[in-house]
Amino acid sequence: MKTQAWAFVALLALLLLSVWLAELRLGALNVVASLAIAAAKAGIVVMVFMNLRQGHPSTRLALVCGLAWVGIMMALTLGDFLSRVSVAAH
Amino acid sequence: MHRAESSYLTEGSTLASWLTTHDHKRIAILYAVAITFFFFLGGIAAALIRLELATPHGDLMSADTYNKTFTFHGVVMVWFFLIPSIPNTLGNFLLPLMIGARDVAFPRLNLFSWYLYLLGGLFTVTCLLLGGVDTGWTFYTPFSTLFSNTHVVLAVVGVFIVGFSSILTGLNFIVTIHTLRTEGMTWLRLPLFVWSMYGVSLVMMLATPVLAMTLSLLAIERLTGVGIFDPSLGGDPLLFQHFFWFYSHPAVYIMVLPSMGVVSELITASVRRKIFGYRFMVYSIIGIAVVGFLVWGHHMFVAGQSMYASIVFSILSFIIAVPSAIKVFNWTATLYKGDITFGAPMIYALGFVGLFMLGGLTGLFLAATALDVNLTDTYFVVAHFHYIMVGGAVMAYLGGIHFWWPKITGRLYSEGWARFAAILMFLGFNLTFFPQFLAGAEGMPRRYYRYPDEYALLNVLSSAGAVLLAASYLLPVGYLLWSMRFGERAGPDPWGAKGLEWETASPPPSHNFERPPVVTDGPYAYVHP
Amino acid sequence: MPEPASPFDDLAQQHEAAQLGMWAFLATEILFFGVLFTGYTVMRLLWPDAFVAGSRHTDLPLGAIETGVLLTSSFTAAWALQAVKRSRPREAGWLLLFTATMGVAFLGIHGAEYRHDYLSGVIPGIRYDEVGDNAPREALFFVLYYVTTGFHALHVLIGVVLLCILARLAFRGDFLPENHAPLEVGTLYWHLVDIVWIFVFPLYYQVGRA
Repeated sequence: MKTQAWAFVALLALLLLSVWLAELRLGALNVVASLAIAAAKAGIVVMVFMNLRQGHPSTRLALVCGLAWVGIMMALTLGDFLSRVSVAAH
Repeated sequence: MHRAESSYLTEGSTLASWLTTHDHKRIAILYAVAITFFFFLGGIAAALIRLELATPHGDLMSADTYNKTFTFHGVVMVWFFLIPSIPNTLGNFLLPLMIGARDVAFPRLNLFSWYLYLLGGLFTVTCLLLGGVDTGWTFYTPFSTLFSNTHVVLAVVGVFIVGFSSILTGLNFIVTIHTLRTEGMTWLRLPLFVWSMYGVSLVMMLATPVLAMTLSLLAIERLTGVGIFDPSLGGDPLLFQHFFWFYSHPAVYIMVLPSMGVVSELITASVRRKIFGYRFMVYSIIGIAVVGFLVWGHHMFVAGQSMYASIVFSILSFIIAVPSAIKVFNWTATLYKGDITFGAPMIYALGFVGLFMLGGLTGLFLAATALDVNLTDTYFVVAHFHYIMVGGAVMAYLGGIHFWWPKITGRLYSEGWARFAAILMFLGFNLTFFPQFLAGAEGMPRRYYRYPDEYALLNVLSSAGAVLLAASYLLPVGYLLWSMRFGERAGPDPWGAKGLEWETASPPPSHNFERPPVVTDGPYAYVHP
Repeated sequence: MPEPASPFDDLAQQHEAAQLGMWAFLATEILFFGVLFTGYTVMRLLWPDAFVAGSRHTDLPLGAIETGVLLTSSFTAAWALQAVKRSRPREAGWLLLFTATMGVAFLGIHGAEYRHDYLSGVIPGIRYDEVGDNAPREALFFVLYYVTTGFHALHVLIGVVLLCILARLAFRGDFLPENHAPLEVGTLYWHLVDIVWIFVFPLYYQVGRA
């Protein structure tokens, strides 16, 4: 129970941190910081609240697949959009 | 004693006992009935298409009706027949038997997914009755969102719902294979059919949610006029194609992976040999399931996709031919020095191998960017994917139905008729679709209701083949139904095949096995080396 | 000792099945929302300025409060599971009810946001009063915002119903320290709903605030 309580405190602290950071002028770092904080929060929820480590190994496989496949979708879709040569440039 | 006193078939004969059953074997039958209905519905549409194309002039139907007909054919055949065909009938029936389980992990969910399938089907049929939809089964934007005046939303809702049926089936199978294998049934002792069900479930679960959300976005866009896929509002229609093919290319593997599983069982039993290279067969199933997600961009070579993305997708598409080829080589090697019997299942299986190979090789033509520019949207593409989906998947489905028919019903079908139908299907199929390769290579575009006179000969051949093909689909309905009543009774293992499903009675008792079987050996333990 | 359900041999097997079943379902949910996040990334890369302008319309303090509400609810859900493991089912029941209340509070606050959006006319397709060259591009931000938060709210609603059912089961004494698969599975779902929001918050509320 102690772990869960500390996790909760950490989650709230990260939330405050992200609100504070959002108002700072950091350029591109704003996006990076806010997403990194979100990832950290999600990691805490998965590890502590969802007990990923105590579950069966197959549950970790499910999570990894879900994340990896979104990664595939993003990577290959963005690969197209980012490598398009503008027609106007020619 | 040939038939156990009580089997899953005698557990209750009222309609209600079937509609509320949680028995995976009965649910398999429910699916078989439902998908057969949709198969013939889609088949009627196909017959109308071939009838229209028997002459170069649009004399049977208008362009509009033709568009609606091929759309209906595609939607029904893809989502209501091919995708659920093997997994939901043979898979549902055999998966628990093959791993020595009493049922799938979530029996009620299994029944629920059948009702979802029916609900999705209801929407699709309603859509047809109200006048249909004319976008093609791909629902490309912006046509489907801005221009089509047909019932797009209704069709999309039907597909959305049937998608959830497929997700739940995949989930059920994955959990079943992970948790319910009987004592001694280790991962590398699983029959290849079970592995193929594992691979297909993976694809169903990871691809179908993407389709569901994409179609939701499409429906929202059509209903409210917002512009995610509309270039005039800053959106991008190619984004729709990316999402759509992220699902729909792997969907091809949803159709073909189970077929590969079926064929592996059919060939080993007919040759009485261990499968050649079991481990590589397993790796190639997983390889196809995973790499199948990396190739979708080959549908978009001429759509305006970045040239660099096209190159990457082209290379990845070539790579997926490797595991497919491994499978073909291993099936062939299994035949070597085998004690081959050419029963109907084996004829279907060999037909599958040949047609799948032709379909696969022509796929490489289309994966080559330069060649694809010429061939895209021609009948070459139509012929290519019919070789995979009909020549491949339907052949394997029917082969599987024949092979496990004695297990499912406890009766033997007429071997002579079955062989005749299998050979007729192979001939009819080739006569229907091979001319389409030629027409496509000569530049005949797909999705037109009339064509220049010089394509007439090839189209007449194709329509003639369709008549044979239709006959070969109707024949099994006749003799299989006949056998249910008059067929010779089958023992537990009429083919002398190996596998847990053959160790219980035909038809199996409700709980599958008298006592849970214990496995001590790998699959395909035939005496022959 | 409770009996396992039909296809299972023992409770451990049944527990593994329930756990894997839910995680597999969560994987499909990740893909489901993944489409929207991918769409977001593409559109934001195409129209960065429109996304900054659109994000200005969202209410950062309210978004932060909503995040806090969901994080709290996730904590109490995890607490309820621990309570059952320590043979305190009534405590779990109250915690689950509190969690459900937090879910309702979230929906209430979010509903108020939607109402405000409607009044200021930033809901494309329903009431959209933005004008100017960038207005159609900005609309893309809002479309993704409403579809994402709309599907998320639907998940919250389903979660609230599930939590109420679980609370009832907990009060009835159905959950034992060694057998509580429905509770575990239900809370897993609730945590996923929380995680989706954890990513919605920075992507839709925090763009270009500096």
